[in-house]
Amino acid sequence: MTQAETATAPATVNEPTNGTPLLELRDLHVYYGNIEALKGVSMTVGEGEIVTLIGSNGAGKSTTLRAISGTHKPRSGAVMLEGRDIHHLPAHEIVSLGIAHSPEGRKVFSRMTVYENLQMGAFSRKGEKIEPDVARVFDLFPRLKERRTQKAGTMSGGEQQMLAMGRALMAHPKILLLDEPSMGLSPILTEQIFNIIREINGQGTTVLLVEQNALMALNAAHRGYVIQTGKILLADTAKNLAANEQVRQAYLGEI
Amino acid sequence: MSPMVRRALTLGLFGGIAGIHVSLVGIVNTFQTRDLIADIVTIGSVIPMLIAIMVGWLAGRAPRHAAELAAPTALGAGAVAGAVTGTILALLAILVDSVSLTWILVNARPQLATILQFEQGPVVGSVLLIAGGAALGAAGAVLHILPGAIARSIAMAGIITIIVALMEPFIGAVLRNVELRAIEGFLYDSGGLTLPGFILVFALIGAGVYGWATRGDRARARVEAMPPDRRRAAKIAVYLATIGILLILPQIVGQRLSEVIGTVGIYVLLGLGLNIVVGFAGLLDLGYVAFFAVGAYTTAILTSPASPVFTPELPFWGALPFVILAAALIGLAVGAPVLRLRGDYLAIVTLGFGEIAREIFKSAWAQPVTGGAQGILSIPEPIPFSRDPQSIYYPILFFCILAAIAATTLASSRVGRAWNAMREDESVAEATGVNTIKYKLLAFGLGAAFGCLGGAFFGAKIGVVFPDSFNILVSINALALIILGGMGNIAGVVLGAFVLVGLPELLREFAEYRLLIYGVVLVVMMLLRPEGLLPSRSRRAELHEVKDEDDDDMYADEVGEETGRPVVTA
Ligand SMILES: Nc1ncnc2c1ncn2[C@@H]1O[C@H](COP(=O)(O)OP(=O)(O)O)[C@@H](O)[C@H]1O
Ligand SMILES: [Mg+2]
Repeated sequence: MTQAETATAPATVNEPTNGTPLLELRDLHVYYGNIEALKGVSMTVGEGEIVTLIGSNGAGKSTTLRAISGTHKPRSGAVMLEGRDIHHLPAHEIVSLGIAHSPEGRKVFSRMTVYENLQMGAFSRKGEKIEPDVARVFDLFPRLKERRTQKAGTMSGGEQQMLAMGRALMAHPKILLLDEPSMGLSPILTEQIFNIIREINGQGTTVLLVEQNALMALNAAHRGYVIQTGKILLADTAKNLAANEQVRQAYLGEI
Repeated sequence: MSPMVRRALTLGLFGGIAGIHVSLVGIVNTFQTRDLIADIVTIGSVIPMLIAIMVGWLAGRAPRHAAELAAPTALGAGAVAGAVTGTILALLAILVDSVSLTWILVNARPQLATILQFEQGPVVGSVLLIAGGAALGAAGAVLHILPGAIARSIAMAGIITIIVALMEPFIGAVLRNVELRAIEGFLYDSGGLTLPGFILVFALIGAGVYGWATRGDRARARVEAMPPDRRRAAKIAVYLATIGILLILPQIVGQRLSEVIGTVGIYVLLGLGLNIVVGFAGLLDLGYVAFFAVGAYTTAILTSPASPVFTPELPFWGALPFVILAAALIGLAVGAPVLRLRGDYLAIVTLGFGEIAREIFKSAWAQPVTGGAQGILSIPEPIPFSRDPQSIYYPILFFCILAAIAATTLASSRVGRAWNAMREDESVAEATGVNTIKYKLLAFGLGAAFGCLGGAFFGAKIGVVFPDSFNILVSINALALIILGGMGNIAGVVLGAFVLVGLPELLREFAEYRLLIYGVVLVVMMLLRPEGLLPSRSRRAELHEVKDEDDDDMYADEVGEETGRPVVTA
């Protein structure tokens, strides 16, 4: 398939063909009041993948994640998790089915300590031991271990981002939704965060990654979708997208 | 004019206005009847002095974001501010003395001038006022020069000594009650402290506060260093001693004070309940009185032979399970419609619920059940306890302890964590798996249960219920006491109830100014100690962190911490 073809026809190629995908969005329409933020979004995320959703500011990336995690309900369409429509379930049930959402803008519980934040992350897993998971998070983010008893609100932006990701991991998700994990971070820290995303994926967690930093995201991901004003514009392997003229011009800052 | 001088003059002017205000509303005249130190200083004349000290303290304080003032500057500023306040009061005294203003301002009597001029006549009095104002203003400023612990001890000792003087009728009664007449005679004379008594109380409290401020941490550290079993033993000993004292308290303090403590106990129940709703779950409920009213009316309707319906009357204890049931229902009834509301909207809607509840109980429509405006009489006593304040104290104490245990247990449980998360960020809490609807309803339900229990004992204690007892002041009192005491902390609730409910009950003679003093206390508290008197440890940390964390937080966000250089983000 040539790049020109990909640009005109959002393809469904390269999706896992064996069985049902882990997560599938079918024709999602999401509104804020009268404003239609998602105008029929469909996409799939296969087990074990890193899939990225890129697009400019206001394109509907965060809204897509909110629709998946149930924090903002779609008006129509379906969110299929392992073949079961979950779009009508309340957010707190969705998290216990295995979807953890690390929201945009480092939404940590700023008055709680690092440890208490992680504890909250495991809230959906009533009565299970959380210490092994805390240890795993501290392995991934040694910085958090040092700051175990510090109030989350007093930490730097990068540390809060790590905590938001760590907290989401505490839920033992099948799929982790990450909303702009590199926002506001230094290049070095961004690099680190992306390495950790790969590591998390390597340990078996599926990742749906939303980014404005398209270059980094396409580097880390297997497949990608490009969203523009509430519609999926392109869908392809990460490699193809990174090579796509249109993507390069619009999102990678090349002329 | 230098900014320091201008600030001192402005503060002095405000002090003068405050002085005019308390003089003309009659506070100075009223408190003239009571001595601070017998035959030497009246409380009435102490009030303008306190104002001068206060403005001196403010004037000597370092401006925001500036270093501490040099000692002479601080003293000078304090003296100037105090002198201005004194001058204004001197002018006021001369004015009320020479022109009759009593036809518009009933308190602008020559007697006011006499008090303000220390009974020394216009010339000497005015000089005394101005010079005294300057001296007191400088004294206020000295508090900045002294080391913090000493300054705090002096200020606390001053405040508490004045309260001890005001409490003469009660403390005196207690001392007589436990046969310590010698101490009473030493401390008090003709409605105020004796001079030796004053010095003793001031010194004892000052030393106590100073000791705690300088050595409290070490004491705490020593307790924490104890081996766990010794520590548990010590803790249990403290609890047992406290309970022991609480059990004999009514016998020690006598009838009248027991009455006050009973009222305080009911407000402790309300405070603990509202603390769950506001302090733990973060739902600002301004209509808490609705729960209190439902508890009282449910008890009255089920138990009173005078209630129009339910003729086979239940005993008080038989009605209690139904009170809890009613609490669950009213908790749901208030909670369910406001589930989707946040912050200010929630506050306004619940405020409405509180008012609606009273109007319903009062209405002609409900009269067959609630007795309308006449209320319901002859609620039976909670046998085997009687209505006697020294007896009904015990069931109230029991439920306060029960409620306190329940609240502490909940706060540190999974439920408490869910509330905590919800209070911080509802949608993130939901996304981490907190069923916010369930936990909000649980908070309202438990809050309602404590409030209804409070209402039941309120009914049993006074034997009647009237709709007008359940006005918005109850909600405000309950909210103010948890804010004053320190939100989220149980000891804070108890202390807040004593200060805001107990003290005013004891100072009935000054009831006229209750709301005024209340307002001043709350404003001063919010400015000086926003975390409350006894804050929970985490909340104190929060409020103080916010202050000094501002700058470095910005720094951390804008600077790449690996490189230390400013970073342009993608
Ligand atoms: N809470 C909200 N209320 C109203 N409109 C919103 C809200 N959040 C997002 N929008 C709108 O929906 C569209 C998509 O927003 P969003 O999903 O946040 O975009 P992105 O994450 O891609 O930057 C934008 O036009 C935005 O203005
Ligand atoms: Mg976004």
